[in-house]
Amino acid sequence: MDRTTIDLWVGVFVALGVAALLGLAMKVGNLTSANLGPTYSVSAAFENVGSLKPHAPVKSAGVVVGRVDSINFDGLKFEAIVKINIDQRYNFPKDTFANIYTAGLLGEQYIGLEAGGDEDTLKNGDRITKTQDAIVLEKMISQFLFSKASETKTDNADVNPAPTAKPLEKKAAGKTLELGDPGF
Amino acid sequence: MIKLLVIAIARILRNMGAGMIESVWRLGAGARLFFLTIFYSGQSFRRFHLIMREIYFTGVLSLLIIIVSAFFVGMVLALQGYNTLQKYGSSEAIGVLVALSLVRELGPVVTALLFAGRAGTAITAEIGLMKTTEQLSAMEMMAVSPIARVVAPRFWAGVISMPILAALFSMVGILGGYLVAVPLIGVDQGAFWSQMQANVDFRLDIVDGLIKSLVFGVACTMIALFEGFDAPPTAEGVSRATTRTVVISSLTVLGLDFVLTSFMLAV
Repeated sequence: MDRTTIDLWVGVFVALGVAALLGLAMKVGNLTSANLGPTYSVSAAFENVGSLKPHAPVKSAGVVVGRVDSINFDGLKFEAIVKINIDQRYNFPKDTFANIYTAGLLGEQYIGLEAGGDEDTLKNGDRITKTQDAIVLEKMISQFLFSKASETKTDNADVNPAPTAKPLEKKAAGKTLELGDPGF
Repeated sequence: MIKLLVIAIARILRNMGAGMIESVWRLGAGARLFFLTIFYSGQSFRRFHLIMREIYFTGVLSLLIIIVSAFFVGMVLALQGYNTLQKYGSSEAIGVLVALSLVRELGPVVTALLFAGRAGTAITAEIGLMKTTEQLSAMEMMAVSPIARVVAPRFWAGVISMPILAALFSMVGILGGYLVAVPLIGVDQGAFWSQMQANVDFRLDIVDGLIKSLVFGVACTMIALFEGFDAPPTAEGVSRATTRTVVISSLTVLGLDFVLTSFMLAV
């Protein structure tokens, strides 16, 4: 095996390796989607961020428009301060609403922006004032149980003064409150 | 009776002590060889064609086994993963499963194990035979350092080849998984790639995998070189050294993998 042939094969080998690495970076990793181009950063205060993490997507109308930069705790107000970077191509009104949503039932959490109607737009370093916290499942369930319990109590008081008299009706009244209801 | 017992215990202790001293001595000799290799690598870089030749033997000739096994590993991963994931109705996550397990773990580790079996044994046997036939001594007689001429080029060839082979392994494995998941099972193609892209991080997954493979490359090549260099100059000695190369390399790779993973996941 002479030297030029070996050089050729090693060249092919290294080229294959570089191609594989590029393939991994572009096709498998999120190198292309990670860089948004120039961004501006705004912050938002939440009472509870749930399991939101840095690098989580910031979406508006379901489209990724930015990423969470950092999450810090404000020791004075006992709030979480979330810094987010938004692509400079998108200008959001000053009264934009920031919510923490969960992708699917068990998926990762992300920030959803809902544009308001203000004429002024958010600038670098601004703060989003209208926020809604992450939904904590335990809180939600306890609220649901609490409202259900109070509802059955008032039902009993109004319709049926003796709670043990008509157990069937009581059951039916309790059952009307279900997941899709506005009371929930 | 008691005297016999004392003698037996003393023999056991002596054997243990000898084994301990022997292993510490070998570790020290290995470290010494490693530093000598680094020290002499300037000379071998000046004659780069030596390294090219060794890359051809350790890297290019390992391509076939790496690509074929990566393909099958990827296909099996997709089949097994689909089997479990579909029970939870999330068969689209198959892409993430295949990509993450290949890029983070299986790519570097299986490549290193195959590399130890394919290239490490060849290095040990070659150097052991060179020693047996007194080629190394002949080089020293000609004032050519065997470490600069024989050991360092093989070391750098192994260190360069390993990450390339591991990257190829991961990529070919993902293609194999794709072939099973999308055309064969019928997972949606868009979901396969987009879920993968959403969950595989370049820095935390791909670069960490490459760092792992680089460390494994250093370990595997160094073990193979040392075993060859240290082999008793007999046919039996060379054969034992070759066996030891595979055993020690594999165990070292698996142990190092645990250590590296615990460091990487902790950050």
